[in-house]
Amino acid sequence: MDNWKLDTIDGVAVLSWDMPGRSMNVLNEGSMSEFAEAIETLVADDAVEGIVITSGKTDFAAGADLTMLGGSSANAEGALPKDRAKALFEQSHQLNQLLRRLETCGKPVAAAIPGTALGGGLEVALACHYRVLADNPKAQVGLPESKVGLMPGAGGTQRLPRMLGAMQSLPLMLQGKSLRKDAALAMGVVNEVAPASEIVAKATAWIKSKPEAVQPWDKKGYRIPGGGPYSKSGAPIFMMGTAMLRKESYGNYPAQEAILQAVYEGLQVPMEAALRIESRLFTSLLLDPTSRNMIRSLFLSMQELGKGARRPQGVAPTNCQKLGILGAGMMGAGIAYVSAKAGIECVLLDRDQASADKGKQYSADLLDKLILKKRSTTAKRAQLLDLIHTTSDYADLAGCDLVIEAVFEDRGIKADVTKKTEAVINEDAIFASNTSTLPITGLAEASIRPEKFVGIHFFSPVDRMGLVEIIVGEKTGDEALAAAVDYVGKIRKTPIVVNDSRGFYTSRCFGTYVQEGLEMLAQGVSPALIENAGRQTGMPRAPLEMNDDVALDLSYKVGMQTKKDLGDAWIETPVTGIIEKMVVELERFGRKNGKGFYDYPEGAPKHLWKDLTDLVKEQTGNEQLAEQPDVEHLKQRLLYRQAIEASRCFEEKVVTDVRDADVGAILGWGFAPWSGGPLSLIDTVGVARFVEDCDALAATYGPRFEPGGLLREMAANGESYYGRFNPSQVAAA
Amino acid sequence: MTDAFIYDAVRTPRGRGKKDGSLHEVTALELGTQVLENLRDRSELDTANIDDVIFGCVSPVGEQGTDIARMSVLNADYEETVAGVQVNRFCASGLEAVNMASAKVMSGEADMAIGGGVESMSRVPMGSDGGPMASDPEFAMKTYFVPQGISADLIATKHGFSRNDVDAYAVESQSRADAAWKAGRFSRTIVPVTDRNGIEVLAHDEHMRPGTTVESLESLRPAFADMGKQYGFDAVAMQRYPEVAAMEHVHHAGNSSGIVDGAAGVLVGNEAIGQKLGLKPRARIRAMASIGSEPCIMLTGPEKVTAKVLQRAGMTKDDIDIWELNEAFASVVLRYMQALDLDHSQINVNGGAIAMGHPLGATGAMILGTVLDELERTGKSTALATLCVGAGMGTATVIERV
Repeated sequence: MDNWKLDTIDGVAVLSWDMPGRSMNVLNEGSMSEFAEAIETLVADDAVEGIVITSGKTDFAAGADLTMLGGSSANAEGALPKDRAKALFEQSHQLNQLLRRLETCGKPVAAAIPGTALGGGLEVALACHYRVLADNPKAQVGLPESKVGLMPGAGGTQRLPRMLGAMQSLPLMLQGKSLRKDAALAMGVVNEVAPASEIVAKATAWIKSKPEAVQPWDKKGYRIPGGGPYSKSGAPIFMMGTAMLRKESYGNYPAQEAILQAVYEGLQVPMEAALRIESRLFTSLLLDPTSRNMIRSLFLSMQELGKGARRPQGVAPTNCQKLGILGAGMMGAGIAYVSAKAGIECVLLDRDQASADKGKQYSADLLDKLILKKRSTTAKRAQLLDLIHTTSDYADLAGCDLVIEAVFEDRGIKADVTKKTEAVINEDAIFASNTSTLPITGLAEASIRPEKFVGIHFFSPVDRMGLVEIIVGEKTGDEALAAAVDYVGKIRKTPIVVNDSRGFYTSRCFGTYVQEGLEMLAQGVSPALIENAGRQTGMPRAPLEMNDDVALDLSYKVGMQTKKDLGDAWIETPVTGIIEKMVVELERFGRKNGKGFYDYPEGAPKHLWKDLTDLVKEQTGNEQLAEQPDVEHLKQRLLYRQAIEASRCFEEKVVTDVRDADVGAILGWGFAPWSGGPLSLIDTVGVARFVEDCDALAATYGPRFEPGGLLREMAANGESYYGRFNPSQVAAA
Repeated sequence: MTDAFIYDAVRTPRGRGKKDGSLHEVTALELGTQVLENLRDRSELDTANIDDVIFGCVSPVGEQGTDIARMSVLNADYEETVAGVQVNRFCASGLEAVNMASAKVMSGEADMAIGGGVESMSRVPMGSDGGPMASDPEFAMKTYFVPQGISADLIATKHGFSRNDVDAYAVESQSRADAAWKAGRFSRTIVPVTDRNGIEVLAHDEHMRPGTTVESLESLRPAFADMGKQYGFDAVAMQRYPEVAAMEHVHHAGNSSGIVDGAAGVLVGNEAIGQKLGLKPRARIRAMASIGSEPCIMLTGPEKVTAKVLQRAGMTKDDIDIWELNEAFASVVLRYMQALDLDHSQINVNGGAIAMGHPLGATGAMILGTVLDELERTGKSTALATLCVGAGMGTATVIERV
């Protein structure tokens, strides 16, 4: 065996999972087929009393190898749909049969879990008769599959509900939250918690106690905790659970629906049938493009980008030890926090000491809240705050490896701080701008070392947003880019790399969503319908609501600036009048002053401003449409408008890697995660169909929906983004 | 095709559907039995002439299981040749049963049949039969399932009925029912429920609250607000009806149909059997129809089935003298009146289920009897009875006095 080690001590077989060349065990074909063989051998061996399954690594196992899953459905492509489904079902069901064999083998089987057991890892443990978890504070136990568009497929949807009941187990699977040792023990996911050095001994002791080697659900008289789906106590769980799921998911997430269905159907039948039900649902997800797209973008691509996939090759690794941050406002303060958290010494500079101190206070407040929630400690707080030095003196920036400016979005101010900084930092230090709107190439003109000048665009709030958009200006060199990627990796965020352009990638595309909502408003689409359509697309917020949150006066100012910049190229739309009237005359700025597209009554939920439709009529002459458009049409407009902008960014080489485009969209502006990102969406719709739909939209609504030449070419050739621009092939070429 | 005629109609009084309701001590079987006994005895029927008994029952489990219609036939000592079948079209089951009995007569399958229904909601609570409608996640997700009260509130929200509108409607239902009882307008059809010794158990509808005013209803909290907000059903309704900006919850126990126990039966036959038995037909079945409608809003089937049944009858709205729509919720009737442009004076003239209650499986047969009595009292000719139905359906019957 390559992946397992076997020791038999005094009649107890200890089977230790230890895959070579990996820090973490995963369920793949190799490890599982060896496991199956080992089990059969041990069951047949009369000298073996019972089996302990453990791991030779710090953790137990992280789950199935998702690259394998992606591959399996991709490999089967081209086969007849029915044959493909059958092959996937048989493949998926194999593992279920193996684990069912384990729990009915007649000998007691215990799992000794040294650390994390997630997904398939936990499912192997659940098929054992007894579980001992190490007293390891880092250990995570859970079934997180739904987070990447999958469901537990190795009996998890059947065993966990039979152990905990539907009420307790469904949230764990639907939200994919993992448990720490105490919660796992309290809920009954594990039977015992013991020091790591004793888990095998404890498991062995349990076997030596001559336990009955039968799972509770295989015993006569077994009752599901909390009752089955048609019991008095069980029925409401499924009725309310479905409504809550639709409320949260808008019906966009097939994995969550499949989990709920697996529990509902499975709890009504014995285990063998239940496992087939699970495998059938699991197969349906493998065949669903939503799951493929989510796995690809939210797991594989994100992981690759996080590991520096977009880092220029041939540049030695850098390790930012000392970081300068210019401007201690909301962004600067946030950057200081996440950087200090990663152990980086920060110099937080503002025009006076008090402002800089205020920026540091942000970290202190944040940590206080975490301590209250028991998610940090006073020691960690002190350690982190010690790393943030506040100052108003540029001389303190000396010795910084990287300086990020987060001052006002004003070219003059930015030029000034660039010069002052470059006067004190080393020649090889990198200077970065955290601008969200101003082109980097222009800002770099103020620099004496434009090749060391790069854009590092954080999202707000910095401590919660996982994406960082790195912008390569015309003169930005590979060393600056590599240093930026390395830094983003060090603070444990996901970097995407884009080229310079107005709004870069994320701001440019995000704006189209909000703008399209405004266009609908101006046309006489009912505000409630616009908002509900927006929410149904899977965007985190509705368009008008989002306008209010960003602040209308800010949008207005940005609009005016863009108008000035673009000159004759600026296109006046009916929307401009609505925003101008709301900002200039009515002072409806949005959430921040309690009135915008919504009203924000004290102590009551916000509601759409009742005079909004009158304003639309006054500004545009448009009455509310007598026949309102279908919500599906509005959803298409809102999603396709963003997707077409992303396709333009790709064609214009603002983004050059499909992973950047998709991951950046989801993490950066919340683009419908179920879709896997705008380019995945286009691929899934089919490029030809997408072009056709966009042509139709352009005919009705104007050139903003016009597909570009690249899209038309791909449509004509029957190509897709992930086919033609597949990152592994692009890299190889 | 053979014409089907109504020869008689009876109903029990409706008992409060709670443990302290007068009919709580009476089995569902006994309610069904007494309906059949009364139909037999009032017409001095030789029951060998009856081919089939069709009973609506919405929760046909427990003591309402094992085909409550056949059980009632046997228990009422009908000839053993009389068959029995239980049907479920949710709230319209009782009317559907009459329609099916009529269809058997029209087709020539039967000369005489009884359609009716029974529901002891105090003894077999609503929902006792389970079912995938609310519980099968994939199905409920696909059909945007929400509880009926949420559907009723959705109708009110979407079609603009305020709390005051629905309460005012409820108040009128109470006062009409009270007046009708006082004037003895139900006396021809009501058959008191008695015990095994012949002692009267209940002789009147006990759910009514005469003297209800809009002010007295004001203090009642909307019954479905918490369910809508906390358990996601408002969101489900709004995802199906995205034009709705926010759900308004206006329904409560005072403007929704009452939960009650009761049974009813309608004796239907062809002309020849009536002549043979010396029975006088009271009305002819002009047309019958059922239809499916959108299941999330669920309760808008009546306007759709009305169009269908009128077309089948070759009639227009103006040909109908009296309208009867089950008062499942006030907004259901208000929306029907709005959609068909009916005045409240034309519909539910003797009150309805908000005042007197809605024994699910039986109500359809009850309102048909009520509207027939009213035609006879007023000397009018035609009536249309209809009910909204769970999962999005409507059932309707047009009758004409002969």
